[in-house]
Amino acid sequence: MQQRPVNLNLFTIRFPIPAIVSILHRISGVVLFLLIPCIFWGFDFSLTEYGFDHLQELLSNVYVKFIVWALLIPFCYHLIAGIRHLLMDIHIGESLKGGRLGAGLTLIFSLLLIILMGIWLW
Amino acid sequence: MVKSVLGVHHQGLRDWAFQRISAIILALYSIGLLAYLFFHPDLSYLEWRYLFSLTWMKIITIFFILSLMFHAWIGVWTVFTDYVKPYIIRSILNIIVLLSLGACFIWGILILWSV
Repeated sequence: MQQRPVNLNLFTIRFPIPAIVSILHRISGVVLFLLIPCIFWGFDFSLTEYGFDHLQELLSNVYVKFIVWALLIPFCYHLIAGIRHLLMDIHIGESLKGGRLGAGLTLIFSLLLIILMGIWLW
Repeated sequence: MVKSVLGVHHQGLRDWAFQRISAIILALYSIGLLAYLFFHPDLSYLEWRYLFSLTWMKIITIFFILSLMFHAWIGVWTVFTDYVKPYIIRSILNIIVLLSLGACFIWGILILWSV
């Protein structure tokens, strides 16, 4: 093995936008995976009469709204980044320039979607 | 199955295709359900329950749950394969994830069954 310098210090590596978009896609995916039991619990609870009323009451609380909104952030981001991924699979935005543009658009569109979700919740 | 749990027998192309097909199902279903909620701001319990009592809704919801399980499994498997290097720890984590996802799948079916 050749002795080559290896730099794995995350604080000294410069991350281009596509790299940030990619790692956020992964992180949001892991967060969503961890949320699966919560989603099932909510679904189960919403299909009982008591649970439905209770959830509706909870959702009128400002703090709960904020929590639900926070939980929707990884969903919105993962959805938009996923759509970009599928577009790249059919060769849209594959070039270096296109990749950077797509990454920027992913951030902008998910931010917009997150804001829209917030407006809808309130 | 056993090899898949241990994480040595994953076929790239099959995983690739499953990940994309399930992604499309997950996206369409969640956008559809969000649109339904958006256009029914005063949704009542009976309407909500009625929606999930419909056979076609049950069927596509089961497709959604199945897609969610496959999608999550491939995603988590990839993350573990990238970051968890010791083989035994990775296998144990994979088994825990598979059992949890299996439990969630059964849970989902039971919820739909009760409606």
